[in-house]
This record gives sequence, C-alpha cells and structure tokens, in this order.
Amino acid sequence: MTYRSSSLASYGRHLVLGFAALLVLLPLLWAVRISFLPAEDVFSPQFHFLPSRWIGFENYLRALTASPLARYLANGAIVCLAIIVCQLAVAIPCAYVLAKSQATGLGIVWAAVAVGLVVPPAALALPLFVMVAEVGLIDTYAALILPWTISPLGIFLLRQAFRRVPDEMIEAARLDGLGEAEILVRILIPMIAPAIGALIMISLIAHWNDLLWPSVVVTSGAKATPPFGVMLFQVQEIGSDYGPLLAGAIMIAAPLLLVFILTQRRFLDALTWTGSK
Amino acid sequence: MLMAETRAGQGSPRLAPYLMVAPAAALLLILVLAPLALVVATAFTDWHLGAGGAAFVGLQTFEALIADPDFQAAAWNTVRYVALVVPVTCLAGLAAALLIVECRRGQAFYRMIFFLPSVATLAAMAVAWQMLLSPSVGAVPQLLRALGLAPTNWLQDPGTALPTLALIGIWSEAGFAMLFFLAGMKTAPRELYEAAALDGCGNFLDRLWHVTLPHLAPITAFVLVFSSIHALRVFDTVAIITRGGPEKSTLVALYFIYQEAFSLFRTNLAAAATVLFIAVVLLFSLLQLRIARAQGDR
Repeated sequence: MTYRSSSLASYGRHLVLGFAALLVLLPLLWAVRISFLPAEDVFSPQFHFLPSRWIGFENYLRALTASPLARYLANGAIVCLAIIVCQLAVAIPCAYVLAKSQATGLGIVWAAVAVGLVVPPAALALPLFVMVAEVGLIDTYAALILPWTISPLGIFLLRQAFRRVPDEMIEAARLDGLGEAEILVRILIPMIAPAIGALIMISLIAHWNDLLWPSVVVTSGAKATPPFGVMLFQVQEIGSDYGPLLAGAIMIAAPLLLVFILTQRRFLDALTWTGSK
Repeated sequence: MLMAETRAGQGSPRLAPYLMVAPAAALLLILVLAPLALVVATAFTDWHLGAGGAAFVGLQTFEALIADPDFQAAAWNTVRYVALVVPVTCLAGLAAALLIVECRRGQAFYRMIFFLPSVATLAAMAVAWQMLLSPSVGAVPQLLRALGLAPTNWLQDPGTALPTLALIGIWSEAGFAMLFFLAGMKTAPRELYEAAALDGCGNFLDRLWHVTLPHLAPITAFVLVFSSIHALRVFDTVAIITRGGPEKSTLVALYFIYQEAFSLFRTNLAAAATVLFIAVVLLFSLLQLRIARAQGDR
C-alpha cells in the first residue's frame, strides 16, 4: 500500500519536474528551432514547427559571416582567461596569508576585502570609467581586463578553503625543509583545488556574461565581448534576420553552457558550499 | 612562536606575509577603494566628464536627482521589479527543491536543468526570450492564437513590459534559490522527521508544514535577501530588449545610471544615483551578514 502510493507520488513528481524542466528550457529550445529555420519559414503565415527544408548549419555560417562573431568570441576568451589568471595570481597568496599568518596589520587588508564584497561591481562602473578614460585606455583589452584583476569574493573563498587546511600539515612541510612558496604551490594549492575550481567558474560566468562594463569601455566592434556583440547585432545586418540572429545568440551562450554541463556536479556542490558560507 | 622561529631560521624574511598580500592590497586600493571614494566625492560636486574643475555643491546634486522625474521613475520601477521577482523566485526555488529532494533518481539532472538559465549569457538569452514572446514568430503568441486568444506584444506595452522582464529575471535567478533550499534541506536532521512521524505527522504536507519549513526559515531569509540584491542589479534584459522603454516603464536603477553617465554625461547626477544604489545594496548586504551570523550560531 505505502509502497504503491509512494511510487505513484514518484511518477507525479517526475511528471511535474519534467514539465517544469521543459518550460525552463523553452526559450533555449525555441531559439534552437528558429536557428535551423530557412528564412522563408520564419515569417511564413503557415506555422511549421519543423523547418520546411533542412538547411543544416547555414544560419550558423551566416551568423559568423554577417557579423564579426568569431572576433567577439575570441575577445571573450582572451578577456576571461586574462582576468582569471590575474585573479588567481593575486588572490591565492593573499588568501593564504589572511588565513594562516598572525602578522600584524593584516586586518586592514581583510577590511578592504569586506568592502569589496559588498560593493556591487556595477556600481563602480562610473568611477572606473573615469579612471580608464583618464589613462587613455578606452577601447583596449587592458580596459576590459585590469579593473577585474582583483576578486574580493575570490580572496574570501580561498581564505575559507585555506583555513580548513590543518596547521600541522604546514608545520610538517616546513620541518621537511620546504620554503613558503613550495608549500603553497606543491601542498596547499592541490588541497584547495575545489575552491579554486569554483572561483574559476564563478569568474568565467561573471565575465563572459558581463554586458555593462564592455558597453561602457568598448567603442568598436574590434574589442567587443560576446554580450556586447549581441547589442551590436541590433545595428548589423544580422539583427533583422532571425535565423542567423538566434544562431549567433546560441553560439555566444554555448561555450559556458558546455563548460557548465561538463562540470555541473562538482561546480554546483562547490557553489552550494560557497553560498552558505 | 615555533612558526616564526623556523621561518627566521631558514632565512625567510619576516616581510614574506606582507609581500604576499601587497599585490592584492594595492589592487583593492586602486580598483575598489579609490573608485568608491571618487564616486562619493563626485556626488557632492558639479563635476561632469570633460569639465576642467569641480566645485563642492553639498547636497544640491542629490536634491536635483530626487526631483528628476526619470530618477523617480527608475526608483519606482526598480522597487516594482524587485517586488515582482523576489517572492516568485523564492517560491519557485522552494517548490523545485521540495520536489527534487524527494526524488530517488535524477536529482543531479533536474538541479542542472533548473540552474542552466543562471549560467546562460543573459544578453543572448534576452534575444531568445524576445523571439519566444514575439507576436510574429513567438511560441507563446502562437499558442495563445491557437487557443483563440489575441496576444499583444507584451514587451512594447508600458503596462506589461516590466512584468515581462521580471518573468525573465525570475527565470534566470530561480536556480540559485533552488540550490540554497536544496542545501538547507540536506542538513535537516533525520531525527526531526522521525520525531514528527512518531507525533503523527505522517503525510507529506504535515512534514512540510511542521518540520521542513520551520527548518528552512533562516535559509528563506537568506534567499530573499540574496535574490533582492541580484534583482536590484537588473540591467542586461533592459539594455538588450527595452532600453528603458516603452514610455520609461522599464527604466531601472542601473540603466538610469548608465544613461546619465554614458549617454547624457551628467556625471555628478549619475554619481549621486550610484551612491544611493550602493547604500541600498549595502543595507541588504548587512541584513545578509546578520542572517548568515545567526545561522552560524545555530
């Protein structure tokens, strides 16, 4: 009795969840559908769910030729890679010291990190723009990268992770004659790899998807990142051509979605842990 | 003590920790504290980009800002947007988590699907949503027409544009709420449920009401604040889809600042609005911190 009712409930749950999943994916699925429609189908008065003829990836090729999409994607990769490398290089040593050192005066650094944690990055766009303009970096990679080389959230996350490494382990490594840099690189970094992985994903999502900052400092298509590219679509030929437009939108969202799907289990576990800290 | 001795014994300078925090400290100063000071200072002057000098004008900029009809519209629209997005985001996240946590199979799969919108590039997804809702090629209008209804272009109607953007906001944020609720449910102690069963709280609804929801109260508070902070920062959908229109019905805080600063070049006004924006976010962040502390104490 109990078993049967619970199995019925289980079917019900999967039915509701499956339907909800379909609804959540609907915008994406509809975009995929339109991206495979030939031009004559898009505005045809007769509604066809499936394309009237198979055009393969024609719209995707059109998107790549009708707009500098490849340039946008490459810019996105360059900017994200540079930001993440810099963030890690700056945050790891800082987080280690904040977690393990008793040196005096570090409280000031920690306070600055706390300020950075609560100030939304978008709110700094105006003063950062003034600074970038002042040093003549408008429309450069430097303008896209430099303001985000510091990640207060990253320092916070890595500090939490370093704190969970027992002091005895570091002591033992010191007694074995390892220097501070060696301890950090060979022992501690591998131990906090999950936190580093989470930080990489968080930064990747934040900066690949960021629209506000690029639209402030980029003035030409040559330095546009993918989301800013979407904004530029509207004034390009591709903007009125729905098939290629959605093919372009899909190509812009796809790299992150793929990385996410491949790492989701570990990433979401790490994110859950992060959020609750 | 031992640490210091060993380090000294190996000849590592006592400066090591300071050298290791130096780059971070310098960047925090240049990229966080200085801009923060700059924007606050600008808000009290008559300076605008390109102007040679600046004069201190006290609270005049704030007075001009509060009297500005665009600012009033932006403030009101932001409040409405947050009020629309936050409760639904929380409820949707809670419902998804309640259903997922009971699943014996497919938990990771559903979790991934429901979180997918939070990862998907919102600027690109805004275009997908436009197409989904477009009267000419959209799925939703097609469906409504098939049902004999007459769909309108919600994104171009001042009465419905903001709620429609709110729907997209809920879609892109509910994944976080689900994730936090799921984490909260996983920590609900087994004994609570066993005790509840002994007390006669046998069925799902009883357990939900008497055990799960009370246990989730602090997490709900956290999710409410977290979603509010995220909803306050709405920008991408406005910039891509509506540009603040129609009739300023979707002009929100960040888009107002963006327009004032980068199209109208009223820098001091944008700075004053930024200061107010930071103050509101700060208020929510402090609330979040208190909740997190309270949770930590439990």
